Amino acid sequence: MNELDTLYQELILEHYKHPRNREPLEGDFITHENPSCGDSLRLKIEWEGSDRIKRIVFDGHGCAISIASASIMTELLSGETVQNAERICTKAIAFLRGESKASTDAGDSSDSRHSGDPVDLGDLQALAGVRLFPLRVKCATLAWHGIEKELKAQGEVDRP
Amino acid sequence: MYTLKTGKFPLLEANPNLVYLDNASTTQKPDSVIRAITEYYQTSNANVHRSVYRLAEASTRAFEDARSRVARFIGAFSSKEIVFTRGTTEALNLIAHSMVRTFLDPGDVIIVTQMDHHSNIVPFWLAAQERGYHLRFWPINPNGELDLEDLESLWSDRVKIVALPHVSNVLGTVNPVSSIASFVHDRGAFLVLDAAQSAGHGPFDVSQLGCDVAAFSGHKMYGPMGIGVLWAKEEILRALVPFQGGGEMIDTVTETSVTFNDPPYRFEAGTPNVEGAVGLAAAMDFLDSIDRKRIFAEEEELARYGVRILSSIPDLTLYGKAAERAPLFTFNLEGVHSHDLAQFLDSRYIAVRSGHHCAQPLLRRLGASTAVRASLGIYNTKKDIDRLALALEEARRYFR
Repeated sequence: MNELDTLYQELILEHYKHPRNREPLEGDFITHENPSCGDSLRLKIEWEGSDRIKRIVFDGHGCAISIASASIMTELLSGETVQNAERICTKAIAFLRGESKASTDAGDSSDSRHSGDPVDLGDLQALAGVRLFPLRVKCATLAWHGIEKELKAQGEVDRP
Repeated sequence: MYTLKTGKFPLLEANPNLVYLDNASTTQKPDSVIRAITEYYQTSNANVHRSVYRLAEASTRAFEDARSRVARFIGAFSSKEIVFTRGTTEALNLIAHSMVRTFLDPGDVIIVTQMDHHSNIVPFWLAAQERGYHLRFWPINPNGELDLEDLESLWSDRVKIVALPHVSNVLGTVNPVSSIASFVHDRGAFLVLDAAQSAGHGPFDVSQLGCDVAAFSGHKMYGPMGIGVLWAKEEILRALVPFQGGGEMIDTVTETSVTFNDPPYRFEAGTPNVEGAVGLAAAMDFLDSIDRKRIFAEEEELARYGVRILSSIPDLTLYGKAAERAPLFTFNLEGVHSHDLAQFLDSRYIAVRSGHHCAQPLLRRLGASTAVRASLGIYNTKKDIDRLALALEEARRYFR
């Protein structure tokens, strides 16, 4: 596989062309942006009870990497508890930055701290190629930093 | 493979497959420029204007010769009108800072254009915020050109400065500077020209253009990074209050008073970039050795060819339809984000810029958040445009 195909794997292009949980979001949402690239995402968390994410919806525009990563993020986090979602976020960001080799690495301190099951990053593993392109890492992490911030912010107010 | 028209570009020779199409960001350097910089350090390096020893004299001479070279290159009245800066952006910050403090009153109006680079907007925006001026945007027409009627309708007797680019770094539009200058001068205002995209691309003569101030960068005209030029008419420079303080800009300092040196030194605080000035002078020698009229004619031909070829690619939107344009093409391919497209082109050894090109108001006006830009230089040929077109077709299929 050449470098370009490593970055734009079939699965990534598929998520880009047919993003999951992407719906028009009207109203008051925070915009998460990479100002230098023009990638721009808005996120909505639908709750199930006070501690479980029922579904995440996203809207916005960006490159294939940022949109595919957002699409995968909504799939991975929907149905998770907040605590698990935050763990997955930490793991995903470390993975995309090349700070952990694979999604089931044991060497990550966040895993041992939470002593839960190893995190399975699913389709996100197809984004491993981004590590060969340092300038694109921030495209891949945009949705993850965004949801991380929103989960933290929601933790500080009462959830519905 | 580049067919080098003249001179040698070591980086391009070392990368024979590279199609370098990011010249509006920065150009590659001919070996004569690289040599001039090396030679300066090997033979003449010392601080300028400070000491009496022979080496310092040699360094000062190299620096002042470069200033004269720049004056000749741009048709300035004298080398006293040439202020060395770090680049276009610093020159525009200098002029915005000093001009408003010298000539404007609160409530006055500064006009910039919708096609300006952030570097020609934000310095004036900062001044307006801080000191109570109004900043107005001269809109572009649907072809991506500036119409004097639109300037007329923005006009009031409070307008004191009009700032615009000579060539748009996104649309490639070449603005009719001399007719705009007459309009502005008839109404008693100053014209500030951002010449970053024009100074190295053909004849560039400030007396013919008729502007009051012009700014440009060395590195976009085959010279080194970190050196630029602010040109202004001598009577304007004489009137202006200083920008930064210290070093050569000082005349005398006591505990109770400071007096300033004459222009251009009043605006050159701190040890200057002598190496940069020497390299810039070498770049100007290089451009003149080719003949700038010929460069202009070839670039016009490349601009026409590029528009024709790129317009024929399905699903490609080319921004700007100016009659007078530079070989600089900004576009989007339907369904492919500019970053993905630039990444794809890189895999075919074609270097282009993607993003908002430091012109967010313009991109917004064009209805695009980002775009790809291919900008040509002296070493580019029609073959490079053909390779770009071929790769764009490939990209369409890849991301389909």
